[in-house]
Amino acid sequence: MATNLVGDTAVLTGRSLTHIVRSPDTIITTAVTPIAIMLLFVYVFGGAIDTGGATESYVGYLLPGILLITVASGISYTAYRLFLDMQGGIFERFQSMPIARASVLWAHVLTSVIANLVSLVLVVGVALVMGFRTGADVGGWLAVLGIMTLFTLALTWLAVIPGLTAGSVEGASAFSYPLIFLPFISSAFAPTDSMPGPVRWFAEHQPVTSIVDSIRAIFAGRPVGGELWIALAWCVGILLVAFALAMLTYRRKIS
Amino acid sequence: MTTSTISVRGIEKSYKDLHVLRGVDLDVQRGTVFALLGSNGAGKTTLVKILSTLLEADAGSASVAGLDVAAQAAEVREAISLTGQFAAVDERLTGRENLVLIARLRHLRGPGAVADELLARFSLTEASGRKVATYSGGMRRRLDIAMSLIGDPAVIFLDEPTTGLDPEARQEVWETVRQLVGKGTTVLLTTQYLEEAEQLADRIAILHRGRIIVDGTLAELKQLLPAATVEYVEKQPSLEQVFFALTGEHADDAVDAAQERK
Repeated sequence: MATNLVGDTAVLTGRSLTHIVRSPDTIITTAVTPIAIMLLFVYVFGGAIDTGGATESYVGYLLPGILLITVASGISYTAYRLFLDMQGGIFERFQSMPIARASVLWAHVLTSVIANLVSLVLVVGVALVMGFRTGADVGGWLAVLGIMTLFTLALTWLAVIPGLTAGSVEGASAFSYPLIFLPFISSAFAPTDSMPGPVRWFAEHQPVTSIVDSIRAIFAGRPVGGELWIALAWCVGILLVAFALAMLTYRRKIS
Repeated sequence: MTTSTISVRGIEKSYKDLHVLRGVDLDVQRGTVFALLGSNGAGKTTLVKILSTLLEADAGSASVAGLDVAAQAAEVREAISLTGQFAAVDERLTGRENLVLIARLRHLRGPGAVADELLARFSLTEASGRKVATYSGGMRRRLDIAMSLIGDPAVIFLDEPTTGLDPEARQEVWETVRQLVGKGTTVLLTTQYLEEAEQLADRIAILHRGRIIVDGTLAELKQLLPAATVEYVEKQPSLEQVFFALTGEHADDAVDAAQERK
């Protein structure tokens, strides 16, 4: 079955990617909201935000958080596409065929990673136009790519759960709203030092801050400290828990 | 020991407190059409899902093509094909792409050729390059059934295949089923339409409140009621006959006649 899993996943990923190529608006709308937030913060609020002596421009300060928002809004399309397959009956057709069953889920997950990476490239492109500059070398970029891929995988498996269980299109995508807001209560837009006690505690102990701080350090060419390990631990932790829950949901669905 | 292609013994299934199937037994011989009749909620779809390995039964056993649906699910999937209640087609792909997709997933050689052959057989060649979202209900169902035939499965489950179709599309589906059975395929069909069962089925069973209450040929079922009495009634054409007279292949004469009368 292992050889089938790879082959069948490839065939089904090709199918989902065809959907995206036919309606590229899913990639564009994924990128539009984060780009709008980036424009708003850089050109409207940014001048009033004291980044506490950070050396980079505000767009550079902001970009890591914007990248996370991009992924958080992009994965809602994974839930949406999975929901459509469940509704249309094609999910059941695949399940009744002699294929590696897990390939149906893996294809959606891989499609999500590819689509989100394309959206991220768009967002970074706009940031470059807005004056974002980095001293990061190839190794640094690869590290950012690695962190973002891991983060996308983790959130995508989370998105599989509402995709399998939702009763409506709205329900399938609503779960992503809190994820989109999480970066606002973190170090993504302003340093956490200025926040009141409990908010600051939350901001400093939620996953976004460590991921944002790591990527920001890599982009600035600073040595990355312990926050990278905390960030990776969060990503891997969320990935494992989400994967386990998604598989459990899936098993319940087919029994 | 059984020679049946589909054999079901004492299948039970509940969803929480709702006992959908309460001990179903049935046998379907190779190369025949078996019609499962029942009203909405009788458990027809649940039984089809168990037989096509989408659901696990709570109790009882079932085999398809000599394979146990619980213990040998992967092998059962090699032998069957499911056409569910709603056309399971990908609306955002073209008709041809849908067929190629299934042929690839069945690991067939020359998926393009397989697709083209089926497109021709189901009169879909002209529409093959269009997205399925633009297809009519009848075309969708034809494509859906064509997708189920890829890989020549020995057993086909058709769950309410003509629900929501117009009379012509329904006739087309019936013709397809007859051709399949002519080639030795075994078909288990669920339907709410009694006429569909009369037209197609070698054996008919009625599923009611989770149990099979009768199972036999049409002639056997008819004997369950008191013997026929002879009455003389004027034979009026049915609405269906009128519809086909006006829209079918020889419709022009009938339409002319209707207009002359005005």
